[in-house]
Amino acid sequence: MKIKTFSYSQLDTFIHKLSGLSKLVCFLLLTTSIMLTYDIRYIIGILIFSYIMFIIAKIQFKQIKMMLYYVGAFLLFNFIITYLFEPEYGVKIYGTKHILFTLIGRYTVTQEQLFYQITKFLKYLSVIPLGIIFILTTNPSEFASSLNGIGVPYKICTSLSLTLRYFPDVVNDYNTISLAQQARGIEMSKKAKLIDRIKRIGSILVPLLMTTMDRIEVISNGMDLRGFGKHNKRTWYSRKPLNIRDYLSMLICLLLLLISLYIRFKINHSIYYNPFI
Amino acid sequence: MKPIIEFKNFSFQYFEQSEPTLKNINLTINEGEKVLIAGPSGSGKSTIGNCINGLIPFAYKGEIKGSLIVRGLETKEASLFELSKKVGTVLQDSDGQFIGLNVGEDIAFALENNAIEQKEMKERVEKIAKVVDMYDFLNQNPHELSGGQKQRVSLAGVMVEDADILLFDEPLANLDPKTGKVAIELIDEIAKTGKTVIIIEHRIEDVLHRSVDRLVLVDEGEIIMDDTSDAVLASGILPNYGVREPLYITCARYAGAKLDKDDKLSNIDTFDASKYKDLLHDWYKSNYVRKAKKEEKELLKIENISFSYDGIKPILKNINATIHEGEMVSIVGKNGAGKTTLASVLCGFIKPDEGSITMKGDDLSKYSISERAEYIGIVMQNPNQMISKNMISEEVGLGLKIRNVPEEEIEKKVNEVLKICGLYPFRKWPISALSFGQKKRVTIASILVLNPTILILDEPTAGQDYKHYSEIMEFLKSLNEAGQTIILITHDMHLMLEYTQRAIVITGGEKIADEASYAVLCDLDLTNKANLKETSLFDLANKIGIEDPLSFVECFINYDREVRENEN
Repeated sequence: MKIKTFSYSQLDTFIHKLSGLSKLVCFLLLTTSIMLTYDIRYIIGILIFSYIMFIIAKIQFKQIKMMLYYVGAFLLFNFIITYLFEPEYGVKIYGTKHILFTLIGRYTVTQEQLFYQITKFLKYLSVIPLGIIFILTTNPSEFASSLNGIGVPYKICTSLSLTLRYFPDVVNDYNTISLAQQARGIEMSKKAKLIDRIKRIGSILVPLLMTTMDRIEVISNGMDLRGFGKHNKRTWYSRKPLNIRDYLSMLICLLLLLISLYIRFKINHSIYYNPFI
Repeated sequence: MKPIIEFKNFSFQYFEQSEPTLKNINLTINEGEKVLIAGPSGSGKSTIGNCINGLIPFAYKGEIKGSLIVRGLETKEASLFELSKKVGTVLQDSDGQFIGLNVGEDIAFALENNAIEQKEMKERVEKIAKVVDMYDFLNQNPHELSGGQKQRVSLAGVMVEDADILLFDEPLANLDPKTGKVAIELIDEIAKTGKTVIIIEHRIEDVLHRSVDRLVLVDEGEIIMDDTSDAVLASGILPNYGVREPLYITCARYAGAKLDKDDKLSNIDTFDASKYKDLLHDWYKSNYVRKAKKEEKELLKIENISFSYDGIKPILKNINATIHEGEMVSIVGKNGAGKTTLASVLCGFIKPDEGSITMKGDDLSKYSISERAEYIGIVMQNPNQMISKNMISEEVGLGLKIRNVPEEEIEKKVNEVLKICGLYPFRKWPISALSFGQKKRVTIASILVLNPTILILDEPTAGQDYKHYSEIMEFLKSLNEAGQTIILITHDMHLMLEYTQRAIVITGGEKIADEASYAVLCDLDLTNKANLKETSLFDLANKIGIEDPLSFVECFINYDREVRENEN
């Protein structure tokens, strides 16, 4: 079956019905709240919250499989690098040192470091689903209209949404070209050596670039002829008017941000939550 | 009559070119007129269109001499936006220019840019969607529509601005014959509402399905003739300028008819053929010979092929066909009928769910895609989808180089193929310096060099005018005569009629016919199912009371082939 791996799909869920603008605002509020805290309790709360949203938005695992692999690899890499550079950063932050065991030299494994790194790991892990939900449930044109709604120039918004729109087409082109080149004997399957495959990728990228340029010329002429860029402002056909659902969602997210700030300034008196003292 | 577009001693030269593309054009189009501008590619007909809609000089820079006034505006002093309000342009490739994610949004694009309030915008979009009969599709993704529906959407997107002048740039280029016919009818209805309509096209017979007020013939940047379509057709000059005239007219000429502009030539239905009845009957009698069937040797056997992407909706259903050695055969059917999928199955790009493909008894399924290329090679529709090198000889030799063929042998083989393809003099040229048709040859050469037993071409003449079409097809014919077996995937009726003896018709994933091309185009039921159109020769034969119209069409095809062979 042809699965749209990473593009917008139209469903009838609560999250799909929200306006793109309120989704963007919610996304920004929640990410800010995550950015401003290292409190694992709050982070786990948001993590659970965003996975519930995942279920509500009926996002299927196969839609985001590839994406998750990349994210997982990135997070793991990040985890290791953080440790290699500052194996005792957690000690510095929390002010205590509970050594679990020592690897070699300065590479000790402490409860503090582990706690710090797990918190950081979960921080990323709770933000990413929010981003995925936003992209997968927001119609690209509506996304453009919402970006424009928060003050981004409409030309930038439109080019962004067109890029999202035509991305699947470019992927299709890539597949067609790749097959045609394989038919000429340019082996791209696992039979060929990796180094050869990298060298041969040019024989796909050049035609891909040419066809994409053709596409761009056609579409930009079409846009010019229909008056794109005529005025400083434009309206949006697909902008959804805000309703009670939207205000409620934004309010909830704003409250979550305030809670995060409250925890930081009134309870923890620091960006970190310290269970060690 | 009030002039709405006036070219006066108008010349235009692109900055990057050494010669002017338009030379001293004088042309007036009046309000409410419907004008067809015809000419071969490179004649300047599209440039005329781009001058009227303002893409020249705003998107394509160059030097303008003389004056062009559109609706009272001197274009070189106006802005693109002022002009876009007066001239609505429906571009050739409707597929590539959808901006909206659904039909409604795409139609609204111009209104969005005019900062119209959402409520008014929705009302206007709905109104215009009803006009083009797309109201029920407002929430659909335009890319999922049929070719004809796509064109309705792009038309609506232009009409929503309520411009007085509508410009159609090659409206038939991407449509199958039946959809094209409907499109011409739709354009005619719009013209009748009082709009000024300009159609730029080289498929004259298809456009003249509905009458036009004037036909302007353009060549080498000059206006050759500007008269009623009857007068231009009667003059018989079209073929001299690389534009094909309607087949029934060519036929009447072959029979020796001296056509006159009062014969109502523009449409087969109105054409007064009774005058030439005797001539046509005589010609038929003296030229018709039933050709003996050639002995055929089976080469490729396609058996019970079925395929589906999702296991639910079948794309190909139980297809059986045989390709014979040295044959040139066409696979026809409307867009989405399964033609391209069948080609993909033949090339091994996708595996069929059922069935087998054997070449001389050898089952092809055991070969990988690249191994299979030595049995069946495919040339894609758009040469840009294949070309990856800068130099011609490099590009053509690529497949051999990857197969680790020694240098000297590559050079020898490449030169041989380049000679066959008429590209040898250009072998040291960069590909970017070639024309579209030459690029096409490069891609054909780069497949031929691998020496495939069967060559498949996907829409080899898409977007080509008569001259380039003939060039490409004559070249393929010469390859075929040298023994190459060729399969053409197409919805071009002329191509199947003139160049392939046999046509395999596919509709909805099923083979519905497999017979002589001319017979397919004389079968009303079949042409309807496959979105083709009956050939006008068939109508002509009926009109003058030929008993066996099929033989009449066959007679024309054979006669026409001979005429063309003598020309070359």
